[in-house]
Amino acid sequence: MASSRMLDSDHLSAIAVWTAACLVGGFFLWLLSDIVWHGVAEISWEFLTTAPLNAGRDGGIGPILVSTALILLVCMVVALPIGLGTAILLAEFTTDESLFGRLIRRSLDVLAGVPSIIFGLFGNAFFSVTLGLGFSILSGGLTLACMVLPILIRSTEEGFRAVPTDYRLSAAALGLSRFTTLTHLLLPAAIPGLLVGFILSIGRAIAETAALIFTSGYVDRMPESLLDSGRALSIHIFDLSMNVPGGDAKAYASALVLISLLFAITTLSAWIADQWLHRRIIPV
Amino acid sequence: MSPVILQILTLTGLILVGAGCQESPTTHHSKRKLVITGSSTVAPLMAEIGKRFEILQSGVRIDVQTGGSSRGIADARQGLADIGMTSRALTSDETDLHGTAIARDGIGVIIHTSNVVSALDDGQIADIYTGRITNWNAVGGADALIVVVNKAEGRATLELFLKYLNLINTEIQAHVIIGDNEQGIKTVAGNPNAIAYVSIGTAEYDARREAPIKLLPLGNVPATLETLRTGTFPLTRPLTLVTKAPPSGLIKTFIDFARSPDVHDLVTQHFFVPIQS
Amino acid sequence: MIWSRSTFLSPSNRDRLLVWTLRGAAGIAGLILLFIVAFLILEALPALRTLGLIRFVTDPSWHPGEEFYLMLPMMWGTLFATLGAVVLATPLGLLSALFCRWYAPKPIARTYRRFIELLGGIPSVVYGFWGLVVLVPMISRLHPPGPSLLAGIVILTIMILPTIALLADASLAKVPQEYIRGAAALGLGRWAIIRGVVIPAAKSGLFTGVILGTGRAIGETMAVLMVCGNVVQTPQSLFDPIRTLTANIALEMAYALGDHRSALFVSGLVLVGMILTLVSSAEWISRGRIYG
Repeated sequence: MASSRMLDSDHLSAIAVWTAACLVGGFFLWLLSDIVWHGVAEISWEFLTTAPLNAGRDGGIGPILVSTALILLVCMVVALPIGLGTAILLAEFTTDESLFGRLIRRSLDVLAGVPSIIFGLFGNAFFSVTLGLGFSILSGGLTLACMVLPILIRSTEEGFRAVPTDYRLSAAALGLSRFTTLTHLLLPAAIPGLLVGFILSIGRAIAETAALIFTSGYVDRMPESLLDSGRALSIHIFDLSMNVPGGDAKAYASALVLISLLFAITTLSAWIADQWLHRRIIPV
Repeated sequence: MSPVILQILTLTGLILVGAGCQESPTTHHSKRKLVITGSSTVAPLMAEIGKRFEILQSGVRIDVQTGGSSRGIADARQGLADIGMTSRALTSDETDLHGTAIARDGIGVIIHTSNVVSALDDGQIADIYTGRITNWNAVGGADALIVVVNKAEGRATLELFLKYLNLINTEIQAHVIIGDNEQGIKTVAGNPNAIAYVSIGTAEYDARREAPIKLLPLGNVPATLETLRTGTFPLTRPLTLVTKAPPSGLIKTFIDFARSPDVHDLVTQHFFVPIQS
Repeated sequence: MIWSRSTFLSPSNRDRLLVWTLRGAAGIAGLILLFIVAFLILEALPALRTLGLIRFVTDPSWHPGEEFYLMLPMMWGTLFATLGAVVLATPLGLLSALFCRWYAPKPIARTYRRFIELLGGIPSVVYGFWGLVVLVPMISRLHPPGPSLLAGIVILTIMILPTIALLADASLAKVPQEYIRGAAALGLGRWAIIRGVVIPAAKSGLFTGVILGTGRAIGETMAVLMVCGNVVQTPQSLFDPIRTLTANIALEMAYALGDHRSALFVSGLVLVGMILTLVSSAEWISRGRIYG
């Protein structure tokens, strides 16, 4: 009696789990196939390299890819040193009780939850207007840098925390300075965490739209300097689908390019995480 | 982990930091740049005109940012933009600015092609937008609830449409509020019972590309480029370039170019009517 | 960790420089939030001064053109859409995670996990675009007008599901094998083990996922803007269009001037307030760190 009831709930739960999984998986395939189906015909070498024509209805996305890359470059150049420094401080130089550490952590907790449109408002008011950078790749990149810091710091910190305490103890026993221990022991061991954080941040930044509308702007031509406005790929999709009559085909194609980039990024981060696990089995 | 990796990392870091420091010096300008902001209706056309202008005048860069007509006015006034774009004429409290019309556009009412209604008079449109008529059968259509599409605050299209019907925005009973023209067309194309008003240029362009929408006549005048050109269509607007000071130098050259026959093909391509000077 | 206690070795100059550099970096990172809030307040001040707080809840409607600034319906819009999405996404996310860990054969589980990861990275414009051309017309055939609270909930559910599923999956993976073997040795069925042992042990990870998902749903902008209809009203049914606080900023910011622009920064402050409340109440409930 009891065992048959148990069998029943086992069956029911299995059905529920498989249904949910099929629902989610099926939905995903639907979305993806819709985008691939509509977008793949437009994709070609010309599409990836030439400039958009006729408000994006014709031509390609060359300058848009360049602008996107430059925005990401600015973002990472600014975010990496700050993020790495903060992560090292939080993981290695503060206790859980220290006031400074707790304040920073709390502030980052909230920052991670702040909606991207707020970063857009802030970026527009601060970088574009107050600092006078205007609509530019620089404004956009700096705004994104503020946005990705929490993710970057968190992953990097995890990387440092994963390094066994023995390392630090032995280094201290050998009388190595903190600087030496950090650069020769901890940093190399924490690189995978840093890389994962780096890639996750790029993933978040490349997908961003709301924070860029008011900061990096709409100009769809090849940027000549970082003070030029440059249209990011996600904004291009938004503009094509919301403001350009007859822009759907190119919007689909651009979406396909963006998703492919993201796919490459997540694959890379999964691969690094795998390598990391592999490496930890064999002692350094 | 070998020192090689560490060296590579340090080197990369140095390069990145170095690149960071050099950001500012590399961004000096060798080119003269015109910044143009404002109306999303005008922006696509202006971007094309800008590209052509750049070919003629090497050493000039035209940056076009969309926003809205009121943004164009504000940016021109504050000097954030060299030229502002509006999709309406300047109003009486904007006499401090200088406007130049470069093309003419109209605002047309659109419905789905499957809708049997073929004309609405101004009173009916006003009743639909204020919620006094809620079913298509009251105006000769099928028995279906009307889905009213309105524009978001700040759009010139909204201001002109309301002024034409003598309504204020608080009276409007909308079901969907849209930002840009294309969103309105997508909404109507995806909904057989929707009614919206959009730039005629955009609507004609989409209708040619087989979007299932049709433009209704307004005040018995069909909404076509022809009636716009002859000036008989009742709800038209000049697409205007706005500057703070009277245009001079490069700005004047550009505005003159944007009005000239050299760009009439672009204007027509975007389904606007060129200004005949 | 160890070094925070004073070491008996006297630190070298280089070490001191290092620590101060790190503190500088951390200071910058920590100050960003303060800076953002300060800027929001600064920009919101004119509206708060001329309009006062009370008008945002007592005005008859949101029509900035006619100086009406009722913000309440948009707060409800944000709240309902978020709540609906969290209610749908939590069970789906948990079941997906269970599928990965317990039900699916290894290769399928691997592929499925990659799918979910990719799903989590897809930009919101892509979801919004898809919602606009596929989902909204479908809903409109079911019950006009189409752009609605429902469309928003569906899109948001899809968007936060990966966050919840991936964090649930990670915390399921951390449940010690001994617990499970012990339970199995007692002769418990699979579901009984999951319900009685695994889920309680993974509870904090699930909770974190739900909180992060909620935060994401509150802040989502572009997709919601494209599918929700954007009418400022308190929804009476799932098929009513709504406007969220975030969509309001994105829709009107480029057009807003004067008090109107300032009022949008007030709604920005409200959003940050919502996130602050969420994070603090989550910390209070779990008495632990949520994000980092």
